[in-house]
Order: sequence, then C-alpha cells, then structure tokens
Amino acid sequence: MRLILRSVGKYRKAVFLTIFIKLIGTMTELLLPYILEHMVDDVVPTGQLSQVICWGVAMFAAAGLCRQFNVMANRKAIDNAHRVSYDLRQALFEKTANLSGRQFDAFGLPSLISRMTSDSYNVQSAVQQTQMLCVRAPMLLLGGLVMTLSMDASLAMILVVTVPFLLGIVLFVSSRGIPLYTVVQQKLDTVVRIMRENITGIRVVKALSKTEYEKARFGAANRALTESDVHASTVMAIPGPFMQMSLNIGLVLVIILGARRVNAGEMRPGVILAFLTYFNMITMGVMGLNRIFMTMSRASASANRMDAVLKTGTDQTVLSEREAPPCADPDAFIRFDRVSFNYNQASGTEGFAGEQQEKALQDIDFTLRRGESLGIIGPTGCGKTTIVNLLMRFYDVQEGHVYVDGRDVRTYDKDSLRRKFGVVFQNDMIFQDTLRENIDFGRGLGEEALRSAVRDAMAAEYIDALDDGLDYRASIKGANLSGGQKQRLLVARALAADPEILILDDSSSALDYKTDAAMRKAIEEHHAGSTLILIAQRVSSVMNMDHILVMDNGACIGYGTHDELLANCPAYREIYEIQMGAMTA
Amino acid sequence: MPGPGDRGGVKRKPRDAKGALRRILKYLMQYRAVLLLLIVCTMLSNIGNLLGPNFAGKAIDAASAGPGKVDMPTVTRYALLMLAFYVGGSLLNFTVSIGMMRVGRSVARNMRRDVFEKLMALPVGYFDQHQAGDIISRVSYDIDVVTTSLSADVVHILTSLITVVGSFIMMCTISVPLVLCMVFTIPVSILFTRRMSRKTRPLYAKRSAAYGVMNGFTEEMFSGQKTILAYAHEDQVCERFSEINRSAAEAYRDAGGLGVTMGPTIGLISNTGLAAIGLGGAILYMLGMVSLGQISSFVLYSRKFSCPINEIANIINEIFSALAASERVFQLLDEPNEAADIYGAAVLEDCKGDVEAKDVSFGYLPGRTILHNLNLRAKPGQTIAIVGPTGAGKTTIINLLMRFYDVDSGEIRVDGRESREYTMDSLRRSYAMVLQDTWVFAGTIFDNIAYGKENATLDEVVAAAKAARIHNYIMRLPEGYNTRISEDGGNISKGQKQLLTIARAMLYNTHMLILDEATSNVDTSTERQVQKAMRSLMKGRTCFVIAHRLSTIQNADSILVIDHGDVVEQGTHEELMARKGFYYRLYASQFE
Repeated sequence: MRLILRSVGKYRKAVFLTIFIKLIGTMTELLLPYILEHMVDDVVPTGQLSQVICWGVAMFAAAGLCRQFNVMANRKAIDNAHRVSYDLRQALFEKTANLSGRQFDAFGLPSLISRMTSDSYNVQSAVQQTQMLCVRAPMLLLGGLVMTLSMDASLAMILVVTVPFLLGIVLFVSSRGIPLYTVVQQKLDTVVRIMRENITGIRVVKALSKTEYEKARFGAANRALTESDVHASTVMAIPGPFMQMSLNIGLVLVIILGARRVNAGEMRPGVILAFLTYFNMITMGVMGLNRIFMTMSRASASANRMDAVLKTGTDQTVLSEREAPPCADPDAFIRFDRVSFNYNQASGTEGFAGEQQEKALQDIDFTLRRGESLGIIGPTGCGKTTIVNLLMRFYDVQEGHVYVDGRDVRTYDKDSLRRKFGVVFQNDMIFQDTLRENIDFGRGLGEEALRSAVRDAMAAEYIDALDDGLDYRASIKGANLSGGQKQRLLVARALAADPEILILDDSSSALDYKTDAAMRKAIEEHHAGSTLILIAQRVSSVMNMDHILVMDNGACIGYGTHDELLANCPAYREIYEIQMGAMTA
Repeated sequence: MPGPGDRGGVKRKPRDAKGALRRILKYLMQYRAVLLLLIVCTMLSNIGNLLGPNFAGKAIDAASAGPGKVDMPTVTRYALLMLAFYVGGSLLNFTVSIGMMRVGRSVARNMRRDVFEKLMALPVGYFDQHQAGDIISRVSYDIDVVTTSLSADVVHILTSLITVVGSFIMMCTISVPLVLCMVFTIPVSILFTRRMSRKTRPLYAKRSAAYGVMNGFTEEMFSGQKTILAYAHEDQVCERFSEINRSAAEAYRDAGGLGVTMGPTIGLISNTGLAAIGLGGAILYMLGMVSLGQISSFVLYSRKFSCPINEIANIINEIFSALAASERVFQLLDEPNEAADIYGAAVLEDCKGDVEAKDVSFGYLPGRTILHNLNLRAKPGQTIAIVGPTGAGKTTIINLLMRFYDVDSGEIRVDGRESREYTMDSLRRSYAMVLQDTWVFAGTIFDNIAYGKENATLDEVVAAAKAARIHNYIMRLPEGYNTRISEDGGNISKGQKQLLTIARAMLYNTHMLILDEATSNVDTSTERQVQKAMRSLMKGRTCFVIAHRLSTIQNADSILVIDHGDVVEQGTHEELMARKGFYYRLYASQFE
C-alpha cells in the first residue's frame, strides 16, 4: 500500500488534475437529469419554444462537455497508471538485477518473475481504476448524506450511525483481503514454477513418459491456486451485498420511523420519498467505495510483494580501507587468506538446506601473483565454484579475507571489481541474441577484439561456417548451438575484454580434448598477462598451471605444482593415474 | 461486439475474434447449469429490486395521510415486505456474484489446465524456439484478463438487457413519435461500438503481445542474473528493459486510452437521446400530441433503457481486452501437436533393444541438413559409442532416437519395426537417458530420483543412489532423502545433479540406455566408481554413449566417429586405433 502511495506520489499533480477533471465531469453528469427535469416540469408547461430550445441546447452542451471531461479524465488516469507501472517495474527490475546471490536465492526465480509480471499488473489496474472511481463514489455518498441531513437531521441520524459502521466493515474486510491475496500470489508462484520446470525439462519429462504425472502435479497446483483465489474472492464478495442489505434495512427503519413522525405531525410526507432517492445515492456511493477498497486490497497484496524486493537492503556494503585493511603481501594479486564460508548463514535465510553441518569452504589459503595461473581440481561439490563466488563477491566470506590486487574485495565498488574479470560459469547463459552481442555483452568492444577472442576460444571455425557469422542469432538458451559450441562462445565472451583475471569454471567439459588443449594454448599465448583460474575435472587441463589446488569437502588437500602434487598428494596422483592410465593401457 | 468483416491485424495472423468469443463461450458452457441458475437468480433479484420500491411506494402512500391519520399497521406491513424483498434481493445478488466468480475462476483453471496439457503435447522443438517467459505470460497474464472480465457484472448487465427491451416496449406504448426522437441513438451506438472494436482490438492484441515480450525478457535476464552481474552488464540490461518496459507501458496506454473513451461516448449518445426527448417532448406537447405526465414517465423509462447500455459500454473494453488476451491463449492451443501415433501403432513391450538407422538425414531448419545418410546398427545388448568433435551432430542422433524430432528421410527401426509404428509413449519408455543438461525439479531428493519409476520404495532409491555414488552426500544433508531441492537445483553443483540423474536412470529399468556426456561434470574418482555401476547397468542393455573422455568408451562394441554430420569411421577401439585415422588423432589429443 505504501509503495503504491509512494509511486503515485510522484505524479500527484497529474493525479489531482485527473481527479479534478473527473469531478467536473461527474458534476456535469449529475447535472444532466436536473436540466431534463427542469425542462419537463417547469419549462415545457409554459409553452415557450425559445426557452425549450435554449434549455435543450444547454443539455446537448452539457452532455458534450460531460463526455469531453470524462474522456479527458479517463485518458489522464490511464496515462498516470502507465507512468506509475513503468516506474515500478523499472525499479523492481533494476533491484532484482542487482540482488546478491543470497538474496536472489531467498526469493527464488519463479517468485521474482511473477512479482515483475502478475503483481505489477494488479497494481497498475488498481491505480487506473481508483482514479476513475474515486470521485463519483464519495461524491454520491457525501451528497446523499448532506441532503438527508439538511432535510431531516434526526432521521438522517440512522445513516450517520450506519455509514461509518459499514465503511468500517469495508476497511476491515479489505485489510483481511491482503493476506488472502498474498496467498493467491504465492500459489501463482507455484504454478509458474511448475510450468518453468516443465518447459526447461521437457526432454526428461517426455523421455520418462511423465507427462501424465506432470499434468497431475500441475493440476494440483492449479487447483490450489483456484481454491485460494475463490476463497479470497468469496470473502471479498461479502461486504457489497451486506452493505446493500444494511442500507435497505436502514431505509425500512426510515419509513417506519418517518411514518411515526408524520403521524405525530413532525415531518412532511414528501421527505420520506426524497429520502428514498438519496438512500439510493448513498448506497451507490458506499458500493463504489467498497469496490475501490476491494481492488486496493488485491493491489496492496501485490504491492507488498514487490516492496519486499524493493526494500531489500544491500547486504553487501562497500567497506572502507580501515574496516578491511589491504593485503600484507605486496606481491599478491589474488589472495585467499584463511577463508571459511557457509551458504547457510545463521541469519535464517531460507536457502538450499544443504551441507549445513559442514562448511562449503574451510580455511582456504593461497596466493597468486599477477599473470600466474591456478588450476582447481577435486570431486563434485567440494567447493570449487564457491571460490569463484567469493572472489567475485557474489557472497561474502564469513571468516578470513579475499584480496584482489592488494585490496579486500569488500572495499571495491561492485562494478569496478567485476570489470577485472572475464568469467565462464558452470551453467552459464547464452542469451537470445546475435553471437556478436553474446560475446560483446554490451561492452562495446571492437571488431578486432571480438575476432581474436573468437579465434582464441576455438570458435572461429564453427562461427565462420554459419551463414551470418557473428550475426547469427542464438535462440533461447542457445538451443540452436551444441554444448561445445555454447562453451566456446562463453569462453570467447570471457576473453573478449582481455580481462585482468580470467575464470573458467568447467568451461570445457563438452569439448573434445584436442579443442580443449588448443584453446588453453591460445589463452596461454595471447592472454599471458591475465591471471587465470581454471576449474576442471581433467588433470590434463590443469597440469600445466603454475599452481594447482586440490580440494575435497571444502578443504584444501593439496597445493603446489603438478610435479609437487604428484610427489606429495596421493589424491592428485590417483586422479592422474586414472586419467592418464589409459595411455599406457 | 466485434462485427463481421472485422479485419483487425490482418497483416500478421488472421485474428478471429468471433472464434475466440465462441471458444470462451464453450468454456463457459461447461457450467451451463450453474449459469442458468445464476441468470434465474439475477432475474429474481431484478424483480425483487423492482418490487421493493413498489412496496416502498405503497408504504409511503400509507404514511402520507398526514398527521394523526397514518395507518401504521399498513406502513409496517409494507415496510416489512419491502425488507423481505430487499434482503432476498441482496442474498440473490451475493449468490450471483459468488457463483459467477466461481465460474470465472473455474474457466481460468480449465484454461490453465488446457494450456499445460498442450505444453505436454507440443513437440520438443517448440520449446527451443519460444521464450519460457512468453509462454508463462499466457498463463499468468492473459488468462487472468479473461477471468476478470467474466465477473458478475457480465451476467448482471446481460440480464438487465431484459429491462432494456421492456423499457423500449413501454416507451413505444407511451408515444411512438417520442420514440422516433431518440431512436437514432440505437444505430449510432451500434455503429460506434463496432468502429471502436475494430480500432481497439488490435491495440489490445498489441498490449498482450508487448507483455509477452516483456515477460520473456524478464525471465531470460533473471535466469542469467549472475552472468550479467559478473560482466557488470546490469546497467545495459536495465536500459534495454527500460525500452521494453516503455513499449509495454505505452501499449497499455494506447489500448486503454482509446478504450476508456468508449463509456463516456456512449454516455454522450444516450444523453443526446435524453436531450432530444426533452426537445421533442416539448414540441409534441405544444402540438398537443403528448401530455406532461407522458413525458415524465417516458423520461423515466428512457433512463431505465439507457442505464444498462451505458454500463455495457463501460465493461465492453474488458471484453475486448479479454478477447485479445484469449486469442493468445488459443493461438498456443492451436499450435500443431507432436506427431500423433499412427493408426494402430504398436506398443513397444519387452523391447529387445535392436536399433537400426537407415539412410537417416535430418536438419533442424529446412535446407540445413545436419545428418547426412546416417547408418548405424545396434544389436541387443551392444554398446554403441558416438564420438566426434563438438557440433558434429552427436546429440542430434539422440534427439532422433527419442523422437524428439522426426527424421527428414530414412528410417530408424527398433526391434525390426519403424520407430514411428510404435506409440510415442512406449518407444520413449524403452529408453533411459542421462543427459549433459541435467534437470532436477523442486521437490525432495527422493522424488527426484524416483521420478522415472512409480511406487519406488526407499530401498530401491537408496540402492540406486548408492550405485550412483551420491548416497553418502545425501546422508550428509540435514534431512537425508527428504531434503528439498529448490528449482534449478539451488546450491547443489552440476556434478551432484548429474549423479542424481544417473541414480534416476539406474532406477528406471529399460532395455535401452542413452548416456550423453553422462559424467562430464563428475570428478574422476567418483566417475570411476560410477562407471562400475554403469557397466553393470549397461550389461544386457543396448547403450548409446556419447563421451569425450574416450577412455570411458574403449569397451564399446562399435564406435561411430562423426564429423560434420557424416560417419567418417566405424569400428571397435582397436580397429580404429590401428587405422590411425580421425579417431586415432582424437584419442591422441587427450594426452597432448
């Protein structure tokens, strides 16, 4: 709710103008019947044609004005709503794009998507409707109250007592609606999630003939969504008829009490009739207000969900040099200083419930000089990728320090830190765009830089074979490229800006050995200045690195050069022998 | 309502508003009994609402006798009657709005169900070409728009059309000349509505499409958020979103901006009618053709006549936007399905695992053939390895075996019969597969492993997990096999996901096995352990294995070396090594 007020507040002048125009429009609209009545009751009996024509023209004019004002006001209402929703979506998108890894995990992708979409539509349509409705209803209500009060104050007391009570009910129910609609939106998240899962996993679903099962799974979520929606809407449907009924009971009371008063000679009979008319006005006014509040109830639930994202503070502040002193070793370019880390912080963040008993990283300690290379090898899930996550500050260390170029990573402005990197992640994204854009990625690199990156990534051959070359459009998630083609494209992206630090996380698993080796050779030759961190399963990929880190269960179980490790690290020797054993076999 | 000859947006796809309307009605008709009941309720409540004031009038008449002469019992009686009618009317109103809301939500639920079932029936290729976000948008936005318009208002207003007709008849009985004064409003309203519908409908369609684009973009960018952050690319992405966001907001403004002129304009037309009645009435009165009383009651009826029309004008926008939105839903529902099973398709049971590809050619796009005249033969129990440089077409072969795509020419025979002669379901059920792109879903570890086998017991799942060397890892998790994985696998690594999918395949007992880089993300020592289990899994089964670590396929019965979509060499490891050709070079490169 606050979010709505805040974002509408920016356009308050325009909104007030809209309401003002709507006010004039509504007044002319309400004026019309009176003109007609006046014509029929007062003017026509006089038989003066000129007078009749005069009033008739006035009525045409009023009708025309009424249309003009209403159209103008409605258009303005839409215009304001479109601005508000644009602002909201933009703010939400920008916020989401900048969430830290931990925060992103906490919300979850499907929920973030539906906050961007479904929730923003709810707010948008509420903003539009409220502007269009918020004039007429209070006007009818207030007008009716004032008229009845001025006619017979004691009878009108019935209304004066009932109306606030009814409005109280509206407020109460609509505030109850917020949590109900929040549930609806959560169920929608589930529906969206299951759809996404099935879209991304369609091959597996079909291969295992699980379509019937998935239909049932979706059906359950779909039903749950419908049920919660019906539940919320049922509660929301109560106030309308209830108020209509209460007002009608009030009306009956007015008639009975009025009849008494007439009998007692305290009131003219005509007043009762007039009350009838004004009661209708009041009913329409209260119903209109009811509608506004019910719309707002749903919109508030959505707005709160959006606000939850927007209000997320930065959990990663930029520290000053005093808070995080620079690295003691002046030669170190990248240094992990006794780093320990756990994905599940004590803060109660509901992330993935894995590895709670153990730390993802334990006491990791290594130093690289500029231009050196580090290979990381170790079993699945041993924490290799976590090192990258900490180095690029997607997550913050819990113990120890991570230094880049002599400074603690937490003292860098986020972008200036990340600009030092060229990286390929394990499950990296190809975007639905040209290959050129996928490599350049908005950095405005020159054609030559792109070309040489493509060559070094061993992607030149296949890209040149495409009709459009670099302008070939990758389809969604690179579906029209093979696994190896995708990986080479990603490596080209990482190389293109000739980064200070190059990180390749499992970026050659889909490549054949020959291409893999050629790629490494090209990187060695043409990016000698880059400090390289390479994560791989293949010993052949890491054996020529300056340092090799062997990991197991988040801990370092070997560190050194290939030869040193062969001599000192049994685990490394074992991997080596398995992989290279084939040669001698 | 959209009229005939409506050709909005004819340039791209013929939009069929009438068809869309008819199809929405079809959904509604599933609830025809309820709808009928609701219509009856609405009529009753209308009658109640009409009679209520009538009693009120009588009560007031009785109260109007003047001081001391009021017949209180009569007043009370009529007042209570009035109360009864009003309370009844309110209850009926409540019933109608609840009933209609339920019908609307049920229609939405059925549409969502149909969309989902459609997704399950679409060929795999559809998902390679359409953004998940755009597809989801049809469920989260378009269907929502359709339901919103199916509110109680619709029934209410449609029912009050009776009032329109009734009032018109009453007006005719009062004075035909007066009717003639205002009758022009009817054709003008209809013509105007038609013209507007022609103008606004393409705009609403544009709006729905713009939202689809926006949702697609959002989905893609949020999915790749980490990459975007890593390249400090977020500002540009936000800028691009700004454009997309703006065009969506503008599409909303354009459609809405034109749409909201509708209500006031119809209002103008009917008000003009009223003014004409005033003017005409005065003239007729002067000519002595009507009495003042007649004009008064004519005005009353003309208000009753125009009120529902105005209301319809106000909600007709919603109907237009609902039509446009539903077209997007129906468009998806109309996509061609995956090839249906041929008539009399056989159920592939107790598959022996004899697979043969004959002269198979295939390309994802017409004119761009990826596989050329591929031939391969896998006898029952044999292991066929497919190797070759990346992009050679290895995964494509898998796509064809599983019939994710159908061959352009040639045929693939399973157990001696063309694979298209089997039901799709039974054919696919005969394969177990582990893919490079692992897929896990939000659910427990147990559910993820047991996914392929209904009623799998915990023991079976544990055995599979042990064989896949993931049991120890699972036991370390706080809730063991009941630990929930979030969508996309949350924090578990790609390698662990791959082990989970291997466990899934181990549990799924079939005669044919497809391993596409099944262990590419698994570390070496784990892989070696998994290999042992894999070998026992592969025993007696026909296996298709794609692997880059050639050591893993040395024991294959036949190795197919593929380059640029052609089989360049074929034979056992020893034969191929002895030939010192393509395979030999590929093999040697591992150790360079």
